[in-house]
Amino acid sequence: MELYNGPLDVKEIFGRWLDEEVLSNYGAYIPFVGTIREENGIEALSFDIYEPVLKAWFETWQEKAKARGAIVKMAHAIGDVPVHTSSYVSAVFSPQRRVALELIEEFVEDFKANAPIWKYDVKHGERVYAEDRSTPMNGAGLLA
Amino acid sequence: MIKVEFLGPIGKAPVEMEAMTLAEVAAKLKEDPELSSWLEKCAVALNDTMVNDLNTPLKAGDRISILPPVCGG
Repeated sequence: MELYNGPLDVKEIFGRWLDEEVLSNYGAYIPFVGTIREENGIEALSFDIYEPVLKAWFETWQEKAKARGAIVKMAHAIGDVPVHTSSYVSAVFSPQRRVALELIEEFVEDFKANAPIWKYDVKHGERVYAEDRSTPMNGAGLLA
Repeated sequence: MIKVEFLGPIGKAPVEMEAMTLAEVAAKLKEDPELSSWLEKCAVALNDTMVNDLNTPLKAGDRISILPPVCGG
């Protein structure tokens, strides 16, 4: 798992991941790129991350992938990420395509729902929590 | 004493309190009107492990994190 301040260098990351696994004999490599869209007048999105829990979440996914003979990788941005640049990339490597196609969907969807990352719209230099697009994590409401 | 920290957009400074279980922490946090709208949407971690049981016992030095709704990517 890789965290960066500001937008991701997508080509460098995907190229390096490809090089890392070039001799691993995986038949399928499925990358996912999340790009900041220009909408509602935003200049950028901004992100806070709670790294210890993110790391634990990612380790659980590495175990799940390993059980299916695959591996997952991810990188995410911290702080401001301007429109048309990337805040999130992930990838699955697996011996066969079927597992990789299924895993990338499960992994990215669970990432959206349970990775401890908070998103803010940046407008006129001000950060506003993207509350309407955010999802309570599994187990939310325990203390209510 | 245990420490409670509020992550992401909650924007509240950490608080310290005496509590033997998460249920006691819940009771104390509910007294804070600033938190009333957050608690039902927030998940909880104890020493960086997610927890789901109000009877979870606590010991001195434990650190509780309150995690509001997320949106990565």
